[in-house]
Amino acid sequence: MSEPTGPTLLDPVQMGRPVGRLDGRRKVLGVAPYAVEHEAEGAAQAAMVASTVPRGRVRSIDATAARALPGVLAVLDHTNAPRVADGEDREFAPLQDDTVWFRRQPVALVVAESSEVAREAAALVAVEYDEEPAEVGLRPDSPRLYTPEKLSDGSESDTSAGDVEAALAAATHVVDETYATPYEHNNPMEPHATIATWHGEDAGLGDGPVLTLVDSTQGVHAVRSSLAPVLGIEPERLEVVAPYVGGGFGSKGAPHVNVVLAALAAKALAPRPVRLTVTRQQMFALVGYRTATIQHFRLGADADGRLTAISHDVLEQSAAIKEFVEQTGSPTRSMYAAPNRRTTHRVARLDVAIPFWMRAPGEMPGMFAHEVAMDELAHRCGLDPIELRVRNEPDVDPETGHPFGRRRLLECLRRGAERFGWEEGPRAPLSRREGDWLVGTGVASSTYPANAMPGNEATVTFEHGCYAVGIGAADIGTGSWTSLTQVTADALGVGLEQIRLGIGDTRYPSASVAGGSSGLSSWGIAITAAARAFREQHGDRPSEGASATAGMPDNPDLQEYALNSYGAHFAKVRVHADTGQIRVPRMLGVFSVGRAVNPTTLRSQFLGGMVMGLSAALFEESVRDPRFGHVVTQDLASYHVAANADVADLDAIWLDDDVETHLNPMGSRGAGEIGIVGSPAAIVNAVFDATGVRVRDLPVTADKLLAGLLPQRERDHVLGDASA
Amino acid sequence: MTRINVKVDGVDHTDEVEPRMLLVHYLREQVGRTGTVVGCDTSNCGACTVHLDGRSVKSCNVLAVQADGHEVTTIEGIADGDRLHAMQQAFHDCHALQCGYCTPGMIMQSIDLLNDNPNPSEDEIRHGLEGNLCRCTGYHNIVKAVQQAAGAGVGGGGGR
Ligand code: FES
Ligand code: FES
Repeated sequence: MSEPTGPTLLDPVQMGRPVGRLDGRRKVLGVAPYAVEHEAEGAAQAAMVASTVPRGRVRSIDATAARALPGVLAVLDHTNAPRVADGEDREFAPLQDDTVWFRRQPVALVVAESSEVAREAAALVAVEYDEEPAEVGLRPDSPRLYTPEKLSDGSESDTSAGDVEAALAAATHVVDETYATPYEHNNPMEPHATIATWHGEDAGLGDGPVLTLVDSTQGVHAVRSSLAPVLGIEPERLEVVAPYVGGGFGSKGAPHVNVVLAALAAKALAPRPVRLTVTRQQMFALVGYRTATIQHFRLGADADGRLTAISHDVLEQSAAIKEFVEQTGSPTRSMYAAPNRRTTHRVARLDVAIPFWMRAPGEMPGMFAHEVAMDELAHRCGLDPIELRVRNEPDVDPETGHPFGRRRLLECLRRGAERFGWEEGPRAPLSRREGDWLVGTGVASSTYPANAMPGNEATVTFEHGCYAVGIGAADIGTGSWTSLTQVTADALGVGLEQIRLGIGDTRYPSASVAGGSSGLSSWGIAITAAARAFREQHGDRPSEGASATAGMPDNPDLQEYALNSYGAHFAKVRVHADTGQIRVPRMLGVFSVGRAVNPTTLRSQFLGGMVMGLSAALFEESVRDPRFGHVVTQDLASYHVAANADVADLDAIWLDDDVETHLNPMGSRGAGEIGIVGSPAAIVNAVFDATGVRVRDLPVTADKLLAGLLPQRERDHVLGDASA
Repeated sequence: MTRINVKVDGVDHTDEVEPRMLLVHYLREQVGRTGTVVGCDTSNCGACTVHLDGRSVKSCNVLAVQADGHEVTTIEGIADGDRLHAMQQAFHDCHALQCGYCTPGMIMQSIDLLNDNPNPSEDEIRHGLEGNLCRCTGYHNIVKAVQQAAGAGVGGGGGR
């Protein structure tokens, strides 16, 4: 047996308590400043001018009318904007040349005394283009499809083991279907926004900041490390500040073009600060989105429902200007046992906006296809969908052969079945009706990898009887102000009142982004290391000013174990027999995510993720203009997200005694994304149970059900006539 | 420019504004009440909700000049000194927020809802808040908070 090598766990004293969020009071009072709420004396306002063609060159820009407008301070375009130092990443090189890569790409920027004037002037900038033919649609026969080198999670594009084709040919039961997911936009409620102030190299500040960015971001250090080389500034002299962030869901996980534009405008107007708020409409072009996918899923099983083959072929798209490859097939590699397996990804780089992270990139669309395919297989095998999953539970990670840290998927399914009142046995679609409503229930598994990102460091300093703890982490609404304070208290063995946490500022040591459900894990590892170093160096009675800094210790367990979170989603739906209207009266999620550092914020993360899953199942779809590739549903009136009245009975619980011993000293795993993984499949499976109609492309809307409901309606009609 | 007289959170203001200026921009840029935020500026999200003469409006959908001679209450004007308004307290107690960006508008709309209907059912709360989007919380705790505030008598006038 090998020596136990995992992290040394902290004693949970503050951890595990439902501590109320420390930023709550400021937020209910309306005094927590988001990016553009920060003071910026005399700030000018910027507005972007967007290209109207999807591909080509800017022939001319006439800003005469815009410049003539009183209050206009500058109009920047590729002929006069400040140069970037490194334009290799083309997303970060706006206004540097005349190339147009996608429709709605910024081609000019107006800076004015007020936002009203800036916007009016932006509309007056006359741009002419030499347009080139563009390719903007994701099609299975797209000439632009290629095999990417890597997926965005760093894994291989294609994997294969055994002989999938032979296994499928020999299988008793086969599912061979194509599933599709739409373009989706993150839409955090706070639009991306920045205040940029260019102090300059010799502003009399010594080695003070050359540039300050108050930005709405999931990682101040990510903004610094991405943009310092672009702007030709020493990283230490690029200051980034983001104490409160109004959501991100991935879109704020890296800076986008708007931040660079704000910086360039600030340089042009130095030392005057410049505010740049991306409008809700512009967010549909500039700050990332989830690619659409077309997924060919094949499952082969023997007579008992044991999988013999799993095959997942993904088509998706990226952008010509910059590659981003969603890891849609990744979760399939570790989810269920089967001797023969393969995953492939083919990507088309189109003349469109740049896709990026959106909550559970890869896992969300990939597990939608996988878990609906499993439901179809259960139906074909005549098995209870939970029983099918029980029969295909792997002993070790099918992809790597590594042991699982702690895989409690079946417990989640069983616990959920009990609480939900799941009726055992194969589903019998169309068997429950209440008045005009067809009623059904569905289940789906969920998983998300347990991540800890490298590059974290924390400082602990003893000041005025308190411990000041600094790390450049972020709270985008997840509750890190609170949960990190709890972690820190336990790492130092003191009460919450003795902790002064500092995050959201590059003045604190380097930290990875709030993303990939990795924030609390990664930051907590560094904080615990710093606390332990502090106690080692300064003991329990430190003198004023005593300080220690530490990074992340090596964790060999990460190489030896497959570490994932798991969950089970249950949904009840009601479908109106005549109109196809869908309601979701009940959702239950049961999760295994390691220790609940703060049960209150944890539960809220689950519930929010589940409702985003509901939203994806029923509403969310960014509709593209097939000629130009831009999104036409570019506001919250036409891009529907779940509203309050779409939600009813919502419940999230987690398994007891769940401590992850291999990842971090807290025993936690991260919970930001798992709520959205699998929940859309549970709803789609419930719709099948209610109606007998199998929808394989999201979102499920009434029109996709009506044709299938027709025979049922005709039956009703005939019965109605007969009884009259 | 047009001269307007507006009482904001109990304080009289006289200002010159452009006729096209939105009320939300007036509140933020000119009065300095940045607690009221902008989520869409197309009247879809409710983040900018304030009270105009005691009734909720989406301030991105009202011009500053329309507020001339009227009284505006924002999220920054409902607490009584250090004491939170019962609706603020309820949102705090029930963890009815995560990022908090929807919160100012959500609280102002919830107060308006209870003014109309002091004892709403869960369904009435969900429909009454349908114009206020929250991307973080899944709405569950928001409903709980409004129920708590209703229990504390917010709509009945004793909620302060
Ligand atoms: S900002 Fe007014 S409704 Fe969205
Ligand atoms: S708390 Fe973030 S949008 Fe509601």
